[in-house]
Amino acid sequence: MAAITDIPVRKGSEPPTAIELKHRRKALRSSILRYSLLTIVGLIMIYPLIWLVGASFKTNAEMFSSAGFWPKNPTISGYIEGWQTSTPYTFGRFFVNTMWIIIPKTIGTAISCTLVAYGFARFEFPGKKFLFMTVIATLLLPNVVTRIPQYLLFRDIGWLDSFLPLWVPSALAGDAFFVFMVIQFLRAIPRDMEEAARVDGATTLQTLIYIVVPMLMPALISVCLFQFMWTMNDFLGPLIYISSVEKYPVSLALKLSIDTTEAFAWNQILAMSVLALAPSLIVFFMAQKYFIEGISSGGVKG
Amino acid sequence: MAELQLKGVEKTYGNGFKAVHGINLDVQEGEFMVLVGPSGCAKSTTLRMIAGLETVTGGEIRIGDNVVNDLVPGKRGIAMVFQNYALYPHMKVRRNLGFGLQLRGKPKDEIATATGEVSEILEIEKLLDRLPKQLSGGQAQRVAVGRALIKHPDVFLFDEPLSNLDAKLRAAMRVRITDLHKRLKAEGRPATVVYVTHDQVEAMTMGDRICVMKDGHIMQVADPVTLYERPANAFVAGFIGMPEMNLVPVVLTRGLGAQVTLDGQTIDAGDELARRLYCQDGPVTLGIRPQHLGVVPAGSPNSLTGTVTNIEFMGHEVNLHAKVGNAAFVAVVPSEAFDRATQRGDKVGLTVSGGHAHVFDVSSGENVSLRGQLN
Repeated sequence: MAAITDIPVRKGSEPPTAIELKHRRKALRSSILRYSLLTIVGLIMIYPLIWLVGASFKTNAEMFSSAGFWPKNPTISGYIEGWQTSTPYTFGRFFVNTMWIIIPKTIGTAISCTLVAYGFARFEFPGKKFLFMTVIATLLLPNVVTRIPQYLLFRDIGWLDSFLPLWVPSALAGDAFFVFMVIQFLRAIPRDMEEAARVDGATTLQTLIYIVVPMLMPALISVCLFQFMWTMNDFLGPLIYISSVEKYPVSLALKLSIDTTEAFAWNQILAMSVLALAPSLIVFFMAQKYFIEGISSGGVKG
Repeated sequence: MAELQLKGVEKTYGNGFKAVHGINLDVQEGEFMVLVGPSGCAKSTTLRMIAGLETVTGGEIRIGDNVVNDLVPGKRGIAMVFQNYALYPHMKVRRNLGFGLQLRGKPKDEIATATGEVSEILEIEKLLDRLPKQLSGGQAQRVAVGRALIKHPDVFLFDEPLSNLDAKLRAAMRVRITDLHKRLKAEGRPATVVYVTHDQVEAMTMGDRICVMKDGHIMQVADPVTLYERPANAFVAGFIGMPEMNLVPVVLTRGLGAQVTLDGQTIDAGDELARRLYCQDGPVTLGIRPQHLGVVPAGSPNSLTGTVTNIEFMGHEVNLHAKVGNAAFVAVVPSEAFDRATQRGDKVGLTVSGGHAHVFDVSSGENVSLRGQLN
């Protein structure tokens, strides 16, 4: 019997042989099966999100009457009333508070992680190994363990009920994961360019700013994205350190509407949840290209 | 432009490994000095110490009148061309060229004039608005040279700049760099160059003088002709020249001439060699370049009889490999003079012309046949 490689290549005009038709049918069946399976699994995974968006346009009464996501009598009352909140402030205030936490924290993280990672990746100094091990050890330490000592520390400094406990640890490269990620990325970048800059007369700081940071950009965008999304979703941090409602971020405000209302206005909560999801999604899709580049080249190369 | 001096320069790494063993080297103003040697001979380390990218753990490096040991690279008056070009990937060629001047706080119009001038010399005017990733290897290398040139440094440092290019482009760039060096000299601003390579063709064709290094020691510093004709030791003799010099252990006896005995066969290498020798009779290493080894029919007078082990036809010449006892020889024979009937396993006679032969001390490797020839 002839092997597949022995079959002569046919020109397009000639009708396909029985073997070719059989192969094509097999490939088609396989594709249909694979794509159907992927679509079903994908839908199952994304359905809660679709339901969330659909339910935010339902009335409170309709919410639990059916599992379908399509509202029978679509209304935006959930959005309007949810926005007003039961507090003296609108949800806009809580969004502003969230941004007040996120933006300085993200900027601080990017700057501090770059400085610390650059130090670890490029310089030799006494105790480097021990310090690096310490950084990695904090990466493995569960957050909960440090909560109480941190709380006591910030209470003694007098930073409770301010954004400082949320900003300062990140601005001092407290997020070991990001430091580690940037170090890995830096290790994959050859040193030649930095040496060329030094020969060109650049100081260490100039080399960092003009040469290293532009090359690190994909990694830094990933760092900022992660920090943005994680801070947006952070509930425990603000819950511990912030007590005044006027300083609440979105994550606490959503919980607030559950606490204060006897009969929960679920449609309002869901409507505000949809809005709370929006910033992360928008930022993610805007920076998606760099994000993938940043996390994929961090560990693979070098 | 300035003179470069290395006095007893040493490099010992933190783990105790000594890479450079107190080397001394003077590079004259406007001279093209090539550092050459096999991998791991510390030629790049030496260059990086001159650049200030490696610390100097002993000795002194002078550029002009200044000791630069403790100066940062940017203050040493050097410019360097890297093996991987090391162009800044996010900057266009124009900014890559002008970055050094920008850091020195030069005004924009001065940078623009200098960029224009350099790009004209290197014919890269059309590439100024491209990013490094849009350049071919040869173009990127020219930009890298331009980045060095624009700074008018006292000393140019090249770290194997052509090793990433294909053979044809490498030959073209070789000519371009030597032309540039000559052109700068003619224009009255001679460039002092230290050029690192492992390629002896680059070394021989480009250098005014060549510094051959091995294991962190300088083996010889000389112009290409001297290096080829009067190698100071067996290492240099073997390193320079293609195919490499035949170095075989023989027993030397001086009577009327210089008799060498190999595998029980004795030939006379002649009076001329005998006059040049300053060593005792006994075991020595005989060095003879393949081009100077004669091939005659087996049993001819005053020849060593050997067995052909391989024949390489190179076109205009033939490399004939033969063994005399355990000693392997290569002879280069012009194609037209080669007996095409010769086969592997045939017996041939090998003649040594004493005028071109060298004798090396067995233990030190020193060339002991340079009497009357030393400059």
